[in-house]
Amino acid sequence: MENVVSLKDIVVEFEDGERILKSISLDIKDKEFVTFLGPSGCGKTTTLRIIGGFIEPTSGDVLFEGKKINGVPPHKRNVNTVFQRYALFPHLNVYENIAFGLRVKKLPEKEILRRVGEMLELVNLKGFEKRTVNRLSGGQQQRVAIARALVNQPKVLLLDEPLGALDLKLRKEMQTELRKIQQAMELTFVYVTHDQEEALTMSDRIVVMNGGVIQQIGSPTDIYNEPVNAFVADFIGESNIVNGHMPKDCVVEFTGRQFECVDKGFSPNETVDVVIRPEDVKVISAEGAKLTGIVESVVFKGVHYEMIVDGVDHKWIIHSTKAEPVGAMIGMTFDPFDIHIMKKTEE
Amino acid sequence: MKQMKIFAAPYLVWMVVFILVPLLMVAYFALTNDEGRFTIQYVSDVGQYANIFVRSIWLALIATVICLIMAYPLAFILSRMDKHKQGTMLLIVMLPMWMNFLLRTYAWMTLLGNNGIINYLFGLVGLGPFKLINTSGAVVLGMVYNYLPFMILPLYSVMVKIDKSVLEAATDLGCNFWNTLFRVIIPLSVPGITSGITMVFVPAISTFIISRMLGGGSNLLIGDLIEMQFLGNAYNPHLGAAISLVLMVIILLIMTVMNQFSPDDQVLI
Repeated sequence: MENVVSLKDIVVEFEDGERILKSISLDIKDKEFVTFLGPSGCGKTTTLRIIGGFIEPTSGDVLFEGKKINGVPPHKRNVNTVFQRYALFPHLNVYENIAFGLRVKKLPEKEILRRVGEMLELVNLKGFEKRTVNRLSGGQQQRVAIARALVNQPKVLLLDEPLGALDLKLRKEMQTELRKIQQAMELTFVYVTHDQEEALTMSDRIVVMNGGVIQQIGSPTDIYNEPVNAFVADFIGESNIVNGHMPKDCVVEFTGRQFECVDKGFSPNETVDVVIRPEDVKVISAEGAKLTGIVESVVFKGVHYEMIVDGVDHKWIIHSTKAEPVGAMIGMTFDPFDIHIMKKTEE
Repeated sequence: MKQMKIFAAPYLVWMVVFILVPLLMVAYFALTNDEGRFTIQYVSDVGQYANIFVRSIWLALIATVICLIMAYPLAFILSRMDKHKQGTMLLIVMLPMWMNFLLRTYAWMTLLGNNGIINYLFGLVGLGPFKLINTSGAVVLGMVYNYLPFMILPLYSVMVKIDKSVLEAATDLGCNFWNTLFRVIIPLSVPGITSGITMVFVPAISTFIISRMLGGGSNLLIGDLIEMQFLGNAYNPHLGAAISLVLMVIILLIMTVMNQFSPDDQVLI
C-alpha cells in the first residue's frame, strides 16, 4: 500500500526552547485508521496539527503522497480536521455549516445540495438542516463537525479527540459509527485520543507516544500483547510492573524468586521491567506456592473481580472470575509466555 | 428573585425622574407655545434647518466610517494577542479617555491653528500655511479622535469571544485570509459592529463642543443649534425642544435600521 502521509524526523520546539516533539518519523498508509495514543502533553495533538498545517515543524519534512508539503497553508492541503471542541460556526445553521467548504470552493448550488444531503444522511441528521448549531446536543454537534469535514472528500481526515466530550454510551456508538464511515468511504483516518480502549477498538495501527517520542507502533493486538516497554504496557491496560533481572536466558528473577519465561538475549543479570497482565496472574493454593500474598481488597468489576494482593515487595493486581476472601493467604503463579520482559527505558 | 426586585428601585426612581419626565417635558415644550396651547408650528419650523441636519448626519457618518475602518483591524489584532498583552494594549487605547474631553479638543485647536504646530512643520519644508482649523475636516477629526475608543471596545469584546479553533476550522475548510474575514470574522462580529456604530454615531451627531471649537462658526451642527435655542441669543426653548424631538426620531429610525442587521438576541435599543 502507498504512503499517504509521511513524517520524517519531525522536531517541534517552542520559542522558549521546550521540545514538544523529538524526532518523529512515521508513515501512514492509504485507507488506514491510525491512532495517536498517549497521555496529555505527549505531543499527539501537535503531530496531528503538523499534518493539518497549523504548526510548522522546527525541522524535519512532512510528505503528502510523496510530495513535501512543509509551509503549505492548511487551506491548500487535501486534509480536513474534526476539532476537539467541534469548532462549528455559531452564525450558521447545520446545513450551512456542512456546506461551508463547498461554498468556499464555489461549487454549483445543485451539487452542494446533493452532497450536503448525502452527508446529513450519513451522520443521521436529516431534518436538522435549519437548526442553529447551539441548539444541538454534544453528539449532534459532533456529527455536524464530522459531516462538515467529510463533505470535502479529503484524502485524509484528522480527528483530534473527537469523542472526548461525549458520555460513555454515546462514545461507544460513535466509535463504531466512525469506523464504519472510514471503511465505507475508504478514507485514511488519523485519530488522536488518550483513551486506550478507544484506540484498541477502532484502529488498524496504534502509535503510542510519550514525552514527544514514539514509544511503539503496531496493531492493537501487538501493542496489547507485546508492549515494548513498561510505559506502553502500563498505558495500554492495567499491568503489574516489577523490577527484576535475568540470570540467564529464559529465566527471570523478581521479588526474590526465579521464574521460567520465554525471553532471551539480555546480558547476564541485566535489570529489566517485568510486566504481567492482571488477567494472567493465576491464583493457586498458598501451600507450596512460589509466590504468596494476602488479599487486601476485592472489587467487583462486572465481568471479573479485581483483587489487590499484597505479596513480597509488590502489590499485585489480579483479575479473576472467582473472588477470594479478604485477608486470605493465596498463592500466585504465571505461565512462562505471560511474563513479559522489557528493557528499562532511560528517563 | 422577587425580593431582588427591590434593589432595582433606586434606578427605577432615577429613570423616572431624570429620563422619563425630562423626555415628556421635551415633547411637551416642542408641541406647545408660550401660552401652553398645542401647536405643531415649532416642529414644522425645524424644516428650515434641514441643511444643518444633513450636515450633522453627513459628518457623523464620515466620522463613524473612519472609526470603523481604523478600529476593526486594531480590535482584531488586539483580540488575538496574548492575554496579558491584551490588558496593556487596552490600557493604551483607553489612555486618552483619562484626559478631560475639553482639554483634548483644545489641544487640537492649537495643533490645527493657522499658526499651530502642524502648519509650522509644513512651513519648515516650504509648504502652507493650510487652512486646517474651522473646516468640516477638523470637525470630523475631532469626532474620530474623541470617539474612536467607543468603536474599539465593543468590537474587541465581541472578537475576543471568537474561538481560535473556529478560525482554524475556516482555514481547514479552504478559506484563505479574505475568505475567513468575510465568511467568519465579520459575520461573527456583527453585534460589535452595530453597537460600535451606535456608540460613535449617536454622540457624534449631537455634539456641539467639537463643532464649536474646531469647526468655527461656519460648521454649525444640530447640537449647536439646540444649544443656541436655550443658552444663546436666539432664546427659544420651544424650537430647541422641537429640534431635539426631531433629532431623537431620526436617531431612533437609524437605530431601527441598524437593528435589522444584528442577530435577534442582540437588540441595541
